[in-house]
Amino acid sequence: MHMLVCGGTGCRASASDAIVETLNSELAAKGMENEVQVIMTGCFGFCEKGPIVKILPDNTFYTQVTPADSAEIVAEHIVKGRKVNRLLYTDPENKEHISDSKHMGFYKKQLRIALRNCGVINPENVEEYIARDGYQAIGKVFEMGAQATIEQMKKSGLRGRGGGGFPTGLKWEIASKNHADQKYVVCNADEGDPGAFMDRSILEGDPHSVIEAMTINGFCIGATKGLVYIRAEYPLAIKRLQIAIDQAREYGLLGKDILGSGFDFDIELRYGAGAFVCGEETALIHSMEGERGEPTVKPPFPAESGYLGKPTNVNNVETFANIPVIILKGAEWFSAIGSEKSKGTKVFALAGKINNVGLIEVPMGTTLREVIYEIGGGIKNGKKFKAVQTGGPSGGCLTEKHLDTPIDYDNLLAVGSMMGSGGMIVMDEDDCMVSVAKFYLEFTVEESCGKCSPCRIGNKRLHELLERITKGEGTMEDLDRLRNLSHVIKDSSLCGLGQTSPNPVLSTLDNFYDEYVAHVTERKCPAGQCKSLMQYVIDQEACVGCTACARNCPVNAIAGDRKKPHVIDTSICIKCGACIEKCKFNAISIQ
Amino acid sequence: MSHVKVELKKEDVAKIKEICKTFHNNPGELINVLHKAQSFFGYLPAEVQEIVAVELNIPVAKVYGVVTFYSFFTMLPKGQHPISICTGTACYVRGAEKVLDEFKRILNVSVGETTPDGKFSLGCLRCVGACGLAPVVMVGEKVYGRVSPDGVKDILKEYE
Repeated sequence: MHMLVCGGTGCRASASDAIVETLNSELAAKGMENEVQVIMTGCFGFCEKGPIVKILPDNTFYTQVTPADSAEIVAEHIVKGRKVNRLLYTDPENKEHISDSKHMGFYKKQLRIALRNCGVINPENVEEYIARDGYQAIGKVFEMGAQATIEQMKKSGLRGRGGGGFPTGLKWEIASKNHADQKYVVCNADEGDPGAFMDRSILEGDPHSVIEAMTINGFCIGATKGLVYIRAEYPLAIKRLQIAIDQAREYGLLGKDILGSGFDFDIELRYGAGAFVCGEETALIHSMEGERGEPTVKPPFPAESGYLGKPTNVNNVETFANIPVIILKGAEWFSAIGSEKSKGTKVFALAGKINNVGLIEVPMGTTLREVIYEIGGGIKNGKKFKAVQTGGPSGGCLTEKHLDTPIDYDNLLAVGSMMGSGGMIVMDEDDCMVSVAKFYLEFTVEESCGKCSPCRIGNKRLHELLERITKGEGTMEDLDRLRNLSHVIKDSSLCGLGQTSPNPVLSTLDNFYDEYVAHVTERKCPAGQCKSLMQYVIDQEACVGCTACARNCPVNAIAGDRKKPHVIDTSICIKCGACIEKCKFNAISIQ
Repeated sequence: MSHVKVELKKEDVAKIKEICKTFHNNPGELINVLHKAQSFFGYLPAEVQEIVAVELNIPVAKVYGVVTFYSFFTMLPKGQHPISICTGTACYVRGAEKVLDEFKRILNVSVGETTPDGKFSLGCLRCVGACGLAPVVMVGEKVYGRVSPDGVKDILKEYE
């Protein structure tokens, strides 16, 4: 018997370490420590219901487990064979308990290829990866030869999962044709899109799949050195990746003469230091060389002149995680999944105002509606769906009318957003779209490297315009200025950051123009989010003078005698909303 | 950026030199050297940068350029308990701004500052990747999930 405990960053923050400890001590107390093995795995994906404990072989899926539940799980489930019903997932519709994750709405529509081993194996044990066909693909590649492998990659239709969507096989072919005494394979693990955490989950849950794929890549293009550029903010991923590299070396899967093939390959880590622009491949390469992470004009492409001026192939973590399976199961198998021009699956980090926050993987061509309502379980607290933001700071906000769009690279571009690395943030009626656009611009302004002026100056001006509008100082001309300036920045910026940064502005202008107009002409924020445009007012009829609001006001802006209606001094009020939350008589409103 | 004047002890200087040496005084390893130096000193004052520049045989301006480019590096010492509020998109739409306002109000400092007693410093970070727990606050290494403005006092109480 096995007990799998989620060891992803989210679940560890909710004490999954302590759960492993208490499970082990409970098992020891019952003398069962040799029969039941407790394993800490990578992310199961269902972060909303974490920490998760899964019991094999019966596939029982316990949700929101606390260390205090360990005793009951061991005593009931392990010893007596009875499921602990209160910890099972409850179907939101028929309120029935579901014990097998296969039957949950969250998992039913998913197809896990890149995440195949996450939440299944112990990432710190190479043998568990090997038992799941790990390192078989590299053996097959040695037999097939480099050229045939590149052909397979091209035929599979795999495109870069970091956001650009460039065909991976083609990238490999170009790098393989450039001759040099030294070439490099680089894994881009600088996941900078706030709200996307798929790369981290793969590295934490299945690091060997990335190591194997990088080795395959090295063999195909003739590189003997691999580098992983990883965010320093991901300590757990760094630790597990380092353990995996050490184990692979020990097993002869990295180093000299791998599996007797005569091919040498080794991997080193390089740490990022917190710069969003370093996701761009030329900026990333400069950062690895110890420079400021500023992009340069392409061409020359890294495949020609990359790290230290040598031919370099850069792929993203999720792209690499797909490769061993494609090699083993064949290009035909992979290209049968997905839509016409986007093959395979895509991992999305589903977050925001949605019931089932988590990490999901679906075939390309799945619609936004299926993702949000069937997998995501709909909007939190029964509120109304307003928008979904895909592609992070480079993407756009899509609305109700886009919900039936099948998700793939080209469709998302056509409706003014993009795939990006796979962040998907759901917003409800309470979110102000002008503020959301301003939020993303704030990010871009902070992260623009400053090298080219359209991005450095243009985004700053966009942000100032949005700031004016959210303060109620905007004009209708400002809306035209926003649009014109956005196009200038897109057309004239040097790298992907500036070329996409106005997308949140343009897509909200397109889809929520009325909301912008309301801010400008009526000086009102329809969602009630823009602080400068609202005032808290106490209804003198409804107020009974209970003093709850006055006692809870952090700045003493509310005055009034007991049992007499209270008044808010708007010159002191900081609009924190504490009074509304405390008022039991619905006497306070925002105007 | 305000400047903190520090006097480095002999052993500190030796430590920086040793860090540079483990990376073979290779200018290409500048970022790795700075990571190590920061994890040792807690921050990267100008004096540390000067020694790194001499050891790697590069201009101080280049070291300063790299330190100020990346948000992970800081030239100011952090508080005993550094507080970081996640302002990634998922946390933002679930009310991170209100939580941040509450920290600012109670501690009476702005983002990037440290309380006068050196106990807490306040900062923002972009996505810890625990979006299921949004909004998220980190104090040191500890992650707090589903934080509400009301819960801020309780978090601070733990460190009194």
